[in-house]
Amino acid sequence: MNLSILFDPLFATPLAVGLGLSLLLPVLGALLRLRDEWLAALGLAHLAGASGLIGMAVGLPVVLGAPLGALIGAAAKNSGRLTGNTVYALMILLGWCVTLLVAANTPLGAVMGHALIDGQLYLAGAGHLAAVVALLVLALVALPYLIPHVVRARLQPSFEAANRLPSWRWHLGFDLLAALGIAVGAAAVGVMAAFALAFVPPWVAFRISGSWRQCLLISAAVALIAYLVAFAAALLLDQPFGPVLVAVLLLTAFALKLAKR
Amino acid sequence: MSGALIRAEDLEVGYAQPVVGPLSFTVLPGEVVGLAGPNGSGKSTVLKALANHVRVFAGNMHRRSELTIGWLQQQPLQLPEMPFNGWEYLRYARAADAPPAHLAAWLDQRVDSLSGGQFQLLNVWAVLSSVAELLLLDEPTNNLDVEGEQSLANTLKQLEQRRGVLLVSHDRAFLERVCDRVLEVGG
Repeated sequence: MNLSILFDPLFATPLAVGLGLSLLLPVLGALLRLRDEWLAALGLAHLAGASGLIGMAVGLPVVLGAPLGALIGAAAKNSGRLTGNTVYALMILLGWCVTLLVAANTPLGAVMGHALIDGQLYLAGAGHLAAVVALLVLALVALPYLIPHVVRARLQPSFEAANRLPSWRWHLGFDLLAALGIAVGAAAVGVMAAFALAFVPPWVAFRISGSWRQCLLISAAVALIAYLVAFAAALLLDQPFGPVLVAVLLLTAFALKLAKR
Repeated sequence: MSGALIRAEDLEVGYAQPVVGPLSFTVLPGEVVGLAGPNGSGKSTVLKALANHVRVFAGNMHRRSELTIGWLQQQPLQLPEMPFNGWEYLRYARAADAPPAHLAAWLDQRVDSLSGGQFQLLNVWAVLSSVAELLLLDEPTNNLDVEGEQSLANTLKQLEQRRGVLLVSHDRAFLERVCDRVLEVGG
């Protein structure tokens, strides 16, 4: 086993891309879980995968094409009558069939379709890093405004209507941020790995934390540790990154649940 | 009655069809107004109408400009998972005042581990200590023990003069104890 590969400058950019995502996606996932919309992460990731492939067909890089589909999905959810996990289930089905059809009918699509599903973090480049940095800056600016509104809307849903507040602003704002985060995640680490980063850490944290603050910290910490372990393990064992990350996240989750008992 | 927080005139409200009304009433600053009536008479529906949650079929409702409303629902929402302690819950509800000692004693706990009475008291306090001017309280004594009920009565008696309360309760004795006047609904 060649440990020096972990410190190869070639992997510095992919490492930084994944670090940024493993900090942000669990926080977005915690808010989605609070809204009982945890399936959003998978729905948006599938849409992002499909639009990433379609974008490539017209010459757009995946990191630009993927967010387009997810953003359109989030906007459509806000303007339509469908709510909650129903709309995200429809996104999964739509994204899945489009991805496979595009992949089956274009030469590059087959390769990229596999890359999006499996997760090819080690191929992440400057474009991915720029997208993640922009996403983190956007989240740092937007979340302090969005979180109190999103949480209050969930805990006291009657308040907004009673006071005739323009609640669409923060609901749409959060949906778009979540869509962007999941889409950039799907483009960088793959559809299922992005979903796992947004789903598994909050799933554990909701059970074991004593407060919301703890919940967000535990979510981010679980994701960060699992990511670092998976990054090293996939490189050293020459395994695809996405499935390794999902496996480490699941093992971490079960270990923490057992420890809590 | 230009100083009224809210004024209803011949109000008929309901869901697919009207279930209560016509009703006329006002709530002035500094007033605690009770709504009494038999089960199913539409007391809670009146509060829902004031909070824009049901249809208004007839009549008028005038809210004071920029009026803020705090609404304690008959059954405050309890999610299956609520990873918030009591302090955080109050902060997100924008509770402005420090909670009384008997409440503060268990605010470090997660709210989904509280008893029904504790959760009710937490929600009552979240509404009472908010900055809202008109408080809609729907069966606030549900699940409360004697101490909790007394604490609620004391708080209502010391209400700031800028605020008003419309209170629904099945407990006639409680209404007569804390309200400046009681309106009959239905029956």
